[in-house]
Amino acid sequence: MSATAQPGDTAAQVLGALPPTAAVWCSGLRKRYRRRTAVDDVSFTVGRGEVVGLLGPNGAGKTTVIKMLLGLVRPDAGEVLLLGRPARDPRSRAKVGYLPELFRYQPWLTAAEVLALHVRLAGVSRPVAEQSECLGLVGLADRADDRVGGFSKGMQQRLGLAVALVARPEFVVLDEPTSALDPLGRADVRDLLLSLRERGVAVLLNSHLIGEVERVCDRVVILDKGRIAAAGTLAELLGQRELRLRLDEVGVDAEALLAGAGKLTRDGDAFTLALDDTADVPDLVAELVGLGVRVHAVEPGRISLEERLLDILRTGHTEEHR
Amino acid sequence: MIVLTVAALTLREAARRRVLRALAVMTVLLLGLSTWGFHQLDAEFGGLTSGEARIAASTVLNLVMFGLSLIAALGTAFLAGPTMAGEIESGAALAMLARPIRRSSVLVGKWLGLVVFGSGFVAVAGFAQFLIVWFTMGYWPPDPVTGLALLAAQTTALLTLGLLLSTVISPMASGIVAVGLFGATWIAGVVGGIGQALDNESVARIGAVSRMLLPTDGLWRGAMNAFQDPGVLLALGPGMQGHPFMGEAPLTVAYVGWAAVWVALVLGLAALSFQRRDL
Repeated sequence: MSATAQPGDTAAQVLGALPPTAAVWCSGLRKRYRRRTAVDDVSFTVGRGEVVGLLGPNGAGKTTVIKMLLGLVRPDAGEVLLLGRPARDPRSRAKVGYLPELFRYQPWLTAAEVLALHVRLAGVSRPVAEQSECLGLVGLADRADDRVGGFSKGMQQRLGLAVALVARPEFVVLDEPTSALDPLGRADVRDLLLSLRERGVAVLLNSHLIGEVERVCDRVVILDKGRIAAAGTLAELLGQRELRLRLDEVGVDAEALLAGAGKLTRDGDAFTLALDDTADVPDLVAELVGLGVRVHAVEPGRISLEERLLDILRTGHTEEHR
Repeated sequence: MIVLTVAALTLREAARRRVLRALAVMTVLLLGLSTWGFHQLDAEFGGLTSGEARIAASTVLNLVMFGLSLIAALGTAFLAGPTMAGEIESGAALAMLARPIRRSSVLVGKWLGLVVFGSGFVAVAGFAQFLIVWFTMGYWPPDPVTGLALLAAQTTALLTLGLLLSTVISPMASGIVAVGLFGATWIAGVVGGIGQALDNESVARIGAVSRMLLPTDGLWRGAMNAFQDPGVLLALGPGMQGHPFMGEAPLTVAYVGWAAVWVALVLGLAALSFQRRDL
């Protein structure tokens, strides 16, 4: 980058002086491929040390958004700041680790050589022992001197994880990190994500495995047809709790009582009550019994992220979350 | 320095990929064949005068060197394609270019690695060929260093074109188009030579124009001029003008300058095209 001041640089300097800058901040990202709009007005932030999940159906624009954040795809409009610097400045990626959805590494190099190459490209120096440790972390310690060309897909994805982590990043972008892994590998990745969170490394995770996202992410951004359908913390998105009841001999008074407690849906003797707080459930049950209702089952539950995701994607995004 | 890191990586790729083995086999075959050929030439035409023998050796050397330049061109063009377009297509470029590096550094690094590889090949194989001619026919070209440098420049021009093509089209297509254009320019050069011999200006212009558009043929003709015996043109007279395996005159400084500018322009264009490409 030239030393001359540019409008973008000045903004970056100003932002750089304001601690703490977000791991990534993007605003109004837009991308069209010929006539198809892939990404439309996408804005979100990943704070330092925060683990954010990017969810959405196939073709929602998740990978395109990730590539725009990393300068691999040029946005038609919008701005990206990566660790406080404009993304068009290559230096913004100095402390960023990336595992692409399409993970391929030079087949004529050995696993250890791939890591050494990425350390050099990152412009840092890491002792060989640390690089080997990184390979050990993803379960490739005994394959360090084997050529990547002979690796299975799962092993290449593990190598990709090591590549993403080898330069001690402050922000890691993982695009479908478990797509080629067996259940054991998925568990390893989950542990890895948790340890990154513990160390205060920010993570942007694109995954179809909603359970994985639910377990490790602080916040979720849901994309649909290139737009943000919903975004928020898990508590915000899944805030509603529900109470499933199986009741008999429900009179008018009892039904009114239930309807007054929360949004009620009834299917025969099965009642589902959406509640903000479940602390009053014992009192509610006692009152129902008092009104002569026979209570067969009371089952408190939480809407799963999967249900919420499907709900958001199917009903369109009428509800605004922040 | 990212450029040097990528250049070293490209050299390592060239050394480890099968293309090196293929190149080595083809070169050894060509050198072996030429050893046998020169030996036969010497044995069969033992009655040639020393002047005639020099002319024969010089002409056949140019023929063999053409084969060598073809191997160098094919080898580097088919290495340049996969190294850029192949990495973009497979996704190997994604992880690399998400590092804090400029795309132009990666491109120039690849280019530098390929230039070193191509020039190294031309130098080693060409020198081996000179030794063969020296031992079999006792002929040593008048200006071997300039000749090999021009041959290396020809390889550089073609691989730069291959690199530009590989930023826009698929790996295989870029190799094929680059080699196709190389062949077309050579043929245009021959056609232009015939035009020159027949004093047909418009036909002669075909060669001149194609040599400006893609300087591989022009550089090759300069290289031939450096390899051949200065007496050849005098001995054979103006009737041999336009001979495809004879360089009529050494290259002008202006033409070599143009070739350098051409390479810089095409490399710049490749960098621009690569910079704008969505991966």
